[in-house]
Amino acid sequence: MILLKNGFVYLSSEKKFERLDILIDGKFIKKISPNITTNSAVTYDCKGRYIFPGFVDLHCHLRDPGYTYKEDIESGAKSAAKGGFTSICCMPNTNPTIDNISTVNYVTRKARDVGKTKIFVIGAMSKGSQGKEIANIGSMIKGGIVAISDDGNCIQNAKLMLNVMRYVSIFKIPIISHSEDYSLSKDGQVNYGYMSTKLGLPGIPTLAEEIMVSRDIMLADVTNTNIHIAHASTKRTVDLIRYAKKQGIKITAEVTPHHLILTEQACENFDTNTKMKPPLRSEQDRQALINGLLDDTIDIIATDHAPHSDYEKELEFIKAPFGTIGFESAFPALYTNFVKTKKIKFEKLIEKMTSRPTEIIGKELGKIEEGKPADITVVDLNKSYTFTEEEILSKSKNSPFLGNKFWGKIEMTICDGKFTWKI
Amino acid sequence: MSDRLDFSGRNLYELDSYSVSEIETIFETAKIMKQIIKRDYKKIPTLRGKTIATLFFEESTRTRISFELAAKRLSADVISFSSTGSSVKKGESLQDTVYTLNAMGIDLYVVRHSCPGVPQLVHKYSNKPVLNAGDGRHSHPTQALLDMFSIWERKGSLKDLKVTVVGDILHSRVVRSNLIGMSKMGAKVTICGPRTLMPPKIEEVYDAKCEYDLIKAVKDADIIMGLRMQLERQAEGLFPGLSEYSKRYGLSKNVLKYAKRNVLIMHPGPMNRGVEILPEVADSEHSIIIEQVTNGVAIRMAILFLILGGKT
Repeated sequence: MILLKNGFVYLSSEKKFERLDILIDGKFIKKISPNITTNSAVTYDCKGRYIFPGFVDLHCHLRDPGYTYKEDIESGAKSAAKGGFTSICCMPNTNPTIDNISTVNYVTRKARDVGKTKIFVIGAMSKGSQGKEIANIGSMIKGGIVAISDDGNCIQNAKLMLNVMRYVSIFKIPIISHSEDYSLSKDGQVNYGYMSTKLGLPGIPTLAEEIMVSRDIMLADVTNTNIHIAHASTKRTVDLIRYAKKQGIKITAEVTPHHLILTEQACENFDTNTKMKPPLRSEQDRQALINGLLDDTIDIIATDHAPHSDYEKELEFIKAPFGTIGFESAFPALYTNFVKTKKIKFEKLIEKMTSRPTEIIGKELGKIEEGKPADITVVDLNKSYTFTEEEILSKSKNSPFLGNKFWGKIEMTICDGKFTWKI
Repeated sequence: MSDRLDFSGRNLYELDSYSVSEIETIFETAKIMKQIIKRDYKKIPTLRGKTIATLFFEESTRTRISFELAAKRLSADVISFSSTGSSVKKGESLQDTVYTLNAMGIDLYVVRHSCPGVPQLVHKYSNKPVLNAGDGRHSHPTQALLDMFSIWERKGSLKDLKVTVVGDILHSRVVRSNLIGMSKMGAKVTICGPRTLMPPKIEEVYDAKCEYDLIKAVKDADIIMGLRMQLERQAEGLFPGLSEYSKRYGLSKNVLKYAKRNVLIMHPGPMNRGVEILPEVADSEHSIIIEQVTNGVAIRMAILFLILGGKT
């Protein structure tokens, strides 16, 4: 048994912190109460520490199978655990694509063997994520996938997207939409606007996202499907989601820490770690994303952890792949930029990273309650540190936050009652 | 000439990191260099023992020759690298190419590449001064310097001059560098072209006025600069055709009537005669297009001298 004593514990049901002890027995939380005493538990003094449910990430890339030089299930799980995550959902744009039951089984089995974090699989919408034929969604659902998405790609053909939604509507799992109109995004490298003009790089207009968000909202409406908008990045996207929610359409949405914290300005020095999709947008867009988060138009924060090797990123800007890692910087970056500066309430941030994501995929996780799985993160909010390459556990180091000073050191992560990260 | 400015070891990625007095120093130095290249014996020993590599990952004739001639007239050794027929064609990365050349003792790199930001990468890998000879649509600072020098020589200053640049603004690195440099030197720049060839927020990014009507754009202009119109842009659906473009935006004698009487006509070349500029204008007494080419060598000599040769 493990006893965490004297921490400020976040109680999801009451949405508040209380100074409590937590007794963990095996995989589960046995007791939450002030002053628990027992001789049979290993005790950790958490005085001055904050204890949350383990974070839940609805959007990450583990690159396994096929691109394990960037990341594999083990390195990804370790990186997630260090970032305080106890559940993550991996996207299917691997090689082969996770578009069939055997690849789902491969990831699930390997994830179970690694055991560092709960890994839920997201299956592809179309075969090979090619946007041409519907993938074997029914059999993948039997295999345990929690959502479907062609993330990294976007089905351009509206008829096929309509059919995917019709087909999936009977299964009650969400469709995660990577919204991008290729005719508009084409060779784009950075946000179409100030920075594309200044740097002379082809731009990706906000319209490329907004046109597809509009389409998918309409298709979700007529098919009565759960649509989840991945990595929302523009003001108009937030407005569209807000409108759709008011209409009663079953829509949820996510935003990434990097889109909340950074703008296109970060690309100024051609640092390829700032090259991502959707691109970092304008300050006006960033503010709209924050407002969307505050009024719950945007439901959750997801990392879109997208690891790439250094030799892929250390290239000419146009040749470098899109994406940034996110597990290990997500909480400290968000806490430092928003909670410490009093722009977002701490409780709201925790909800967006714990219970709310699990609701979207229909899992009973992300809460600290007696009898629930012991998925817990312990943080010292008073500890500051510089985020450097050396301390990153992911195989990849492609983060735009390198060199940033963060507050909030994750000291312990416990998943199913076992320490998966401990300083 | 100021004796306090120190250019040694500097990079030249874009003009925003150069001050007005530094740009004036470059002009003053170029004036001297121009006298040298007009002599019978066109060579000085200033950079003897220095090795300059011109890395042209994108094809170029005039800029490469201009840089190489400038380096040779200062007695530097020149290594000319072009990606055609090189190890780059065999898949060698930019990083390895620079590591290899650096190991051979290069003192300064001149870089042209189709990807913006490559000069910065070359500096990162070599730790040597890098001159940007054009990186994608981003920047072409030595072209802007030679353009400004050509005006400065004729007009004495750029202050309060009205400069109108006409053409494919979206894909032009020349115009971006000129907008930075000319605004810095006090000129008022108007850019003109079809809306499909105008980058977003350009008036916000640079201190420039945007105009879609050529006659309004050239009204009272002291300088008119044409830019090359590329045929492939037509295939991209950015404008209907070269003949329509020429009718709306071509620089003809009729257009010059609206500008100042002593207007100067410029073009960074190569020109599409009959498209963006008619021969009657390109070859007129207003044109300083050929002089721009000569000034290109002088400006590049000045920069190489200042960066590798020491203090002014």
